[in-house]
Amino acid sequence: MGASFPVLQPVSEPIPENPAARGAARARWPWPLALALFVLFWQFGEDFAKSAFSYPRAFEIPAARWIGRATKWLVDEASFGLFTFTDLTRFLAEIIDVPYRVALGLLSSGLLSGQGSSAVQHLPPLSWLAVLAIVALIGHHAGGARLAALVTACFGFLVIFGQWTSAMVTLASIVVAVPIGVVAGLLLGLAAWRWSFFERVLVPVLDLMQTIPVFAYLVPVLVFFGFGPTAAIVATLIYALPPMARVTILAMRSVPAEIRDLGNMVGCSRRQMTWKVMVPSAKDSLMVGVNQVIMLSLNMVIIASMIGAGGLGFDVLAALRRLDIGAGLEAGLAIVALAVALDRLSQAYAEKAGRPAAGLPASGGLVSRHPYLLAALAIVVATFLAGLAVPALQSFPESWQVSTGTFWSEVVRWINVNFFDTLEAIRNVILLNILVPLKRLLGDLPWAGVVALLALSGYRLGGLRLAALVGALSFLIAATGQWEKAMITVYLCGISVVFACLIGVPLGILAAERERLWRWLQLVIDTLQTLPSFVYLMPVVMLFRVGDFTAMIAVVAYAVVPAIRYTVLGLQRVDPRVVEAGRAMGCTQRQILAKIKLKLALPEILLGLNQTIMFALSMLVITALVGTRDLGQEVYIALTKADTGRGLVAGLSIAFIAIIADRLISAGANRIRERVS
Amino acid sequence: MASSEPKLVCRGVWKIFGAGGRSLAGPSAARLTSAELRAAGAVGAVRDVNIEVREGEIFVIMGLSGSGKSTLVRCLSRLIEPTSGDILFNGENLLAASEARMIEIRRHQMGMVFQHFALLPHLTVLANVAFPLEIQGIERAAREERARRMIDLVGLSGRENAFPRELSGGQQQRVGIARSLAAEPELWFLDEPFSALDPLIRREMQDEFLRLQSVLKKTIVFITHDFDEAIRLADRIAIMKDGEIVQAGTPEDLVLNPATPYVAEFTRSVARAKVVKVAALMRPLNGTLPPTSIRASAPVAEAAPLFSQGAETLAALDGAGTPVGLIDRAAVVDVMMRG
Repeated sequence: MGASFPVLQPVSEPIPENPAARGAARARWPWPLALALFVLFWQFGEDFAKSAFSYPRAFEIPAARWIGRATKWLVDEASFGLFTFTDLTRFLAEIIDVPYRVALGLLSSGLLSGQGSSAVQHLPPLSWLAVLAIVALIGHHAGGARLAALVTACFGFLVIFGQWTSAMVTLASIVVAVPIGVVAGLLLGLAAWRWSFFERVLVPVLDLMQTIPVFAYLVPVLVFFGFGPTAAIVATLIYALPPMARVTILAMRSVPAEIRDLGNMVGCSRRQMTWKVMVPSAKDSLMVGVNQVIMLSLNMVIIASMIGAGGLGFDVLAALRRLDIGAGLEAGLAIVALAVALDRLSQAYAEKAGRPAAGLPASGGLVSRHPYLLAALAIVVATFLAGLAVPALQSFPESWQVSTGTFWSEVVRWINVNFFDTLEAIRNVILLNILVPLKRLLGDLPWAGVVALLALSGYRLGGLRLAALVGALSFLIAATGQWEKAMITVYLCGISVVFACLIGVPLGILAAERERLWRWLQLVIDTLQTLPSFVYLMPVVMLFRVGDFTAMIAVVAYAVVPAIRYTVLGLQRVDPRVVEAGRAMGCTQRQILAKIKLKLALPEILLGLNQTIMFALSMLVITALVGTRDLGQEVYIALTKADTGRGLVAGLSIAFIAIIADRLISAGANRIRERVS
Repeated sequence: MASSEPKLVCRGVWKIFGAGGRSLAGPSAARLTSAELRAAGAVGAVRDVNIEVREGEIFVIMGLSGSGKSTLVRCLSRLIEPTSGDILFNGENLLAASEARMIEIRRHQMGMVFQHFALLPHLTVLANVAFPLEIQGIERAAREERARRMIDLVGLSGRENAFPRELSGGQQQRVGIARSLAAEPELWFLDEPFSALDPLIRREMQDEFLRLQSVLKKTIVFITHDFDEAIRLADRIAIMKDGEIVQAGTPEDLVLNPATPYVAEFTRSVARAKVVKVAALMRPLNGTLPPTSIRASAPVAEAAPLFSQGAETLAALDGAGTPVGLIDRAAVVDVMMRG
């Protein structure tokens, strides 16, 4: 599955040799000393340095208010001379809205005139039979009969399980969002490739777009574009576009220099160079970006429904709110079915782009030149006429539909009735003995001390620049008054990551040696990754009710995937010759694992840890729905109040935590890698 | 054979990569060694190159990797902007030409063949060959007609609708050659065109290249790292080392009078008999004309078998078949024995 997730790109900046850091590393004293100082300060410092424990309110940076005011100014007053900012957002909304209405008309609502409930339907939408047949045709065109069967089965699932209406609404927004995202990403990437100053501006923006939790920018999008499908598509675009821009920059760079020389030698103008030489030569890599845009758009389906996307995402969200696990699971699986179908289709087209075409005859009649197009048209007409005669062919009758919803609800109820005491005991033990004490401990720490410790680790791992970055970001979290909530985020994230690693790393070690186990495990983690993250929440909430423990379980289930995957990859990538040498020296299996494989795989495993943290943070925001008290909750509250400043500040704080963790761990991994190779 | 009209003149051309290149380049830098340049934070990829390429000749630039030959050929076509110097093409200074003028010149007067073929993977053979014409805005029927002729010329008829990755390396380079000829350029650059091919195919392509040139009579700048290839194909050779031209001359010049030990290193293993022409060994006519004869422009190696029938002296003929001199068995044996 080519699915991808809201995670930070691992940053692998080469860590510059830093003689000062080297010297410090040689001297062993800084850590014990620093820790001792920290503990002393923490225990006895509160009396004489109060402001180091709780950031003084008077010095707080009122970032939320500034942002709020700036938003208000943008909406009410900002003007670019000829047009106002509001005109601009309205214009953008219109660009998205027109194709969306066409797509929605085709797939879901039919051709309407009039507004709201007084709308009159002139033409029905494409019937389920027509969509199924057209999807099969596209599948056949892209990858032959097998692919056609697969995508038809996926869409068939939607029909049979009664998800059709919602699925078509979702599909309509995907069909609009993906081309816009691809084109915009391509143009941005091309611009960055062409003008290096633009790249210098764009890349940090892309970094930020990918680290800020989606919730945070839902708020400004909501303020600027209003509640509805248009705003949802805008949010989807912000989320799904960065990888396309990145892939474009990379793809342009990797076009061989000779091809560029060729373009110049035949006398291409700049435009010809871009569109006739560079873009077609990079088509294979660009298709990877297209696939990413599709998958990320589908990832956004549920979150986007919070600002009015409707469709399957809304169904999941509604089911979650009324704790209807069956309905939620089915709608969630319907999203997976859509994702699988679209993913396979786009991958097949990517492969086809790389392969020479069989070559349809350029001459000949209309039929032989456009067989697929004509077949599709024939299907549309035939199913339209059939739909008039037999209504069941127009919209799939409810009595034919199947639902497993009640079954799942029954399962959960049964578990609850029979195992309530056991589950409750597990929950309480972990909650009282681990979660609560840890939460209290982290909450008590003086912020100034933590900032200093972070900066010290930054210095030891990557020199002054990293120390300054880490220190500044953590200070900003405190200075904007987010410290307490940030600590709850850190505690929830930290404990989840520990559990995820405790489960994931041993599993990875086991699976790395056992081909069959790994194959099964891969299937499981692929499914875990493709399931919309909200789907995890429901069964957990039903078993453990709302609260930190529930949030932790959901986060662990989601974040265990990279822990397993990177461990396996790291171990499998260990040079077999080194292992052979170990065996020749008479190492036991255990020694080979502990002394050779794990040591060499450590950088990969650390990268896995990095990804685990990123996954955990992105899931943590979603668990705000089940009543955590962390930054995610702050963002969620801001969303319901449409408070841009509050939402962005909390969102940025989460992004800062992610960046701090990412840079520190990457620096550590680089350091180890340098030593190993 | 080559006329003496200079088609492309390259005067004092420098290309210095790295900071401060422009201030370093020029006559004053001529004495700087590459080590001194490197100390100044720059790399002299092309250093004070002066060459003249005459109309209709095959001018080979030969050098090992890193000698700057690829940079030089890209300076000649201005794919890389030289740091200083003049490049005159038909008397026009290319370095003073505007971008639009350069596009014009490249479209109509220059063609280039690349080491790794640089075929566009998404286009068929036909479309690849027609590509330069498409860029010029020539309509489909006309450009495809011309492209078919070029494909025919390089012997690939029947593969018009194949895609590059379906072809062998040799076939791909034939497409590259056809494409570079499609716009009917006067000046033809070939940048190590056969280096990526197997030895047998390389030989075959060299023959093919000579056959094409005998028909087309283009002015050619040919880059190679293979001295044998240079000897086989060149009318004149320039040998490059560390960005400088060490020696330029006919293959015969280089073999008989290497200017430096570096050049001698290359020429040592070359069989002289294959390079030295009959004309270089002949003595004046003295009245009697031996019955057997050979062209004066032929390499000595071709004369050798003719002596096996017992002849002591051969007549050397010019292009029109008129005797111009005599050549003795002893002189030929002497060249052959020296390797």
